[in-house]
Amino acid sequence: MAALVDPMVPAPFRIERVKKELSDTFTLDLVPAERRKSFKFLPGQFNMLYVFGVGEIPISISGDPGDDSKIVHTTRAVGNVTNAMWKLGVGQTIGVRGPFGTAWPVEEAEGSDVIIVTGGIGLAPLRPAIYQILANRQAYGNVCIMYGARTPEDILFRKELEKWRGQFDMQVDVTVDHATGRWGGKVGVVTKLIGRGGFDPHHTVAFVCGPEVMMRYAVDTLVERGVAQEDIHVSLERNMKCGIGFCGHCQLGGDFVCKDGPVFPFDAVADRFVIQEL
Amino acid sequence: MINKKEFTIRRVYINANGLCRVYALGTEHVGDDGAQSDSPREFQGKMTANKSTNQAFIIDADKGLQKLIAVLAAEGYQVVGPRLEDGAIVYAELASSADLPVGLKDEQDGGKYKLVKGREGVYFDYVVGPHSWKRYLFPPDQKICEFRRQGKAFRIVEETPEVPAYAFIGARPCELQALQIHDRVFDNGEFADPGYLARRAAAFVVAVNCTQAGGTCFCASMNSGPKASGGFDLALTEISEKSRHVFVVEVGSPRGQMIVAKLKGSAAEDSDIAKADTLVKKAAAKMGREMVDDVGPLLKRNLEHNRWYEVAKRCLSCANCTMVCPTCFCNTVEDATDLTGSSAVRTRRWDSCFTMDFSYIHGGSIRREGASRYRQWMTHKLSSWFDQFEQSGCVGCGRCITWCPVGIDITEEARAIRDSEGGAK
Amino acid sequence: MVQEVGLDKLIRDHPFFEGMDDEALELIAGCAANERFDAGQYVFREGQPADKFYMVRHGSVALEVRAPGRDSIVLQSCDDGDVMGWSWIVPPFRWKWDARATRLSRLVSFDAICLRGKLDADPALGYAVYKRFVRVIAERLAHARLQMLDLYGIGKE
Repeated sequence: MAALVDPMVPAPFRIERVKKELSDTFTLDLVPAERRKSFKFLPGQFNMLYVFGVGEIPISISGDPGDDSKIVHTTRAVGNVTNAMWKLGVGQTIGVRGPFGTAWPVEEAEGSDVIIVTGGIGLAPLRPAIYQILANRQAYGNVCIMYGARTPEDILFRKELEKWRGQFDMQVDVTVDHATGRWGGKVGVVTKLIGRGGFDPHHTVAFVCGPEVMMRYAVDTLVERGVAQEDIHVSLERNMKCGIGFCGHCQLGGDFVCKDGPVFPFDAVADRFVIQEL
Repeated sequence: MINKKEFTIRRVYINANGLCRVYALGTEHVGDDGAQSDSPREFQGKMTANKSTNQAFIIDADKGLQKLIAVLAAEGYQVVGPRLEDGAIVYAELASSADLPVGLKDEQDGGKYKLVKGREGVYFDYVVGPHSWKRYLFPPDQKICEFRRQGKAFRIVEETPEVPAYAFIGARPCELQALQIHDRVFDNGEFADPGYLARRAAAFVVAVNCTQAGGTCFCASMNSGPKASGGFDLALTEISEKSRHVFVVEVGSPRGQMIVAKLKGSAAEDSDIAKADTLVKKAAAKMGREMVDDVGPLLKRNLEHNRWYEVAKRCLSCANCTMVCPTCFCNTVEDATDLTGSSAVRTRRWDSCFTMDFSYIHGGSIRREGASRYRQWMTHKLSSWFDQFEQSGCVGCGRCITWCPVGIDITEEARAIRDSEGGAK
Repeated sequence: MVQEVGLDKLIRDHPFFEGMDDEALELIAGCAANERFDAGQYVFREGQPADKFYMVRHGSVALEVRAPGRDSIVLQSCDDGDVMGWSWIVPPFRWKWDARATRLSRLVSFDAICLRGKLDADPALGYAVYKRFVRVIAERLAHARLQMLDLYGIGKE
């Protein structure tokens, strides 16, 4: 007998941990408040998180898909709901609906080089993909992570980036847009890192996530270097009220970003990407 | 048969072949075997509502219609249909056939709606008004659930959807098409909307074939009318002549068959059926507007056409078109607490892509210009709907043209783009 | 200028010089030299005459601007393989900002005074070099604009 859950009604989850990542970014670890089947998700998917009386918004799942003891979300505090969410403490309840959306094609990328180009909070929805790749590292060729942040103080998951960089089989490049002389690392746009290479453009799958402008230029640069549009995957963002392709808010042309995305192969959205205000 | 009054219907599936599955929760007698159960049960049955049967009847217009409404009310249906209210013909509850706007005709054009005297005693000389049946099956305001604070936590109280059994009197073929379009929209796989599906399954549809072409109608070019080809329980065609005033009644489902049997009409002659057909064909020929061919690909090719900026100069973003459109379904979810802050209610409300914050993400709205919002509405309706639901979202009812305060006409906009194709910004 | 062993091959193989004929490459190599900068050492300073341009072999050089009372602001870093410095080709031939090695870096320097004369004398060579530097300048401009946008200030939620 199928479960009779109205897809618009959240399930209660409890906050197990609140971690401040950056000055405006935090991570929540959630566990189910009621007995239920373990929560499974694919990298790239999101949940609709509800804060009592304030509202509900889509938030990327940023944890390890192989760890079903908790679900981890990372977000910037930019509006009413996220700011209210950050003020909640351990033990408080949050409503969860999901997981929704399409996933990074991590399995399909086996046998290829993988290049991950991301910036700012964009690293959050990509972290589950990175975990999944690392858990099966030998199935991939060269793996490159290229991450751009605003300043050295805004580097998300910095310790993990440093740890991944220390692995002998990963190429990790981090750059910032603005820095003072105290920073000894790279300063410049993340698209510049693509030029450094480390991957075979004709046998590469690229995962790109970040502000739309960043993604546009990153895709341009990847294509210039010879990566095919259908091998580049982007994660789009739109206003979402339902997460199930029903309220109509997240449409981009004929696609519902919550249901047909948020991860898209770039060739599927290329012609719509360039039309202003579509 | 399931006795709906004793069960809480949780979920209903109707697929395109008429297979109907109902998930219900209850503690009363179940089905024919009389078993008692308080766990969710699943019932399956086949609804053969899609094709009209061969048999047609004739009923007297006044007495027959009166009896039809009475019979439906007696069966427990909430009868709704056209009524005159505030100078327009809207859909509201009907206590009897006396409530119908007899002898009225409407004159419609871009931004214009006026009621005038029609043929005396004729029930359906007008076409469609500002209301559509979507307000019954997909109410403008629906409570989804309630949240109640419990210390650090909160409890969720699910809302059982209201499932009144409506009987729609006077659904036009374009509206039947709109209902079918919504069936497709709300049949969202595992995310299907249980409230809509239950209300839809319970609704009895009495269609009326149009014998008049409305001033803004263009159903003929959208292949959605003026004759109903299916999706109804009963379909009426009004024949008003000097010697007699009758309805030809077609039957479209076993439910319809059962109701029409109680009306005790006589079998329709071939000549009656032919006469009804001719009247409807005449209406089809009198359509004042038509949608250009292949409008889906046409608009997709012209997303940056200058015309969007032209129409934006006139469009007020008032959202009238989305409210009167029978297929628009965009909605929003609102969460609001009560004054004490101890409980919060989640509500689904109709929304419109014309509102400034419809496409808002942190930083701003994606569609800031009126041109991009108008383009979104028109290209969704006529073009991307094909990508999403494999059919057009427009049924040619003309409401958006009539109720637009500045009379923007989507048939004219589409034609302008086609005629000047290649005109970029 | 003494030509060092290995520079010849380096210049020939570097994508920046791709497509230039052997004679041109030999001429350019004739103006080249290996240089080494320790961490913290300045490669050039704002206001100084721009009499060289550089190619970073290994290491990292920060292009910086100094403002009184605050830490220097890094505009961009030049890393492995980057061509650095175009002020040598645009009057008044003075550096507009500082370049400071952030760690031990090995650079190839090209004598601009020597080269400038040769470019004027040989228009074909001049065109080949200018064509390549226009691309460097264009790319720097594009990147600078992207950095200006402060994209991550309105990042994903």
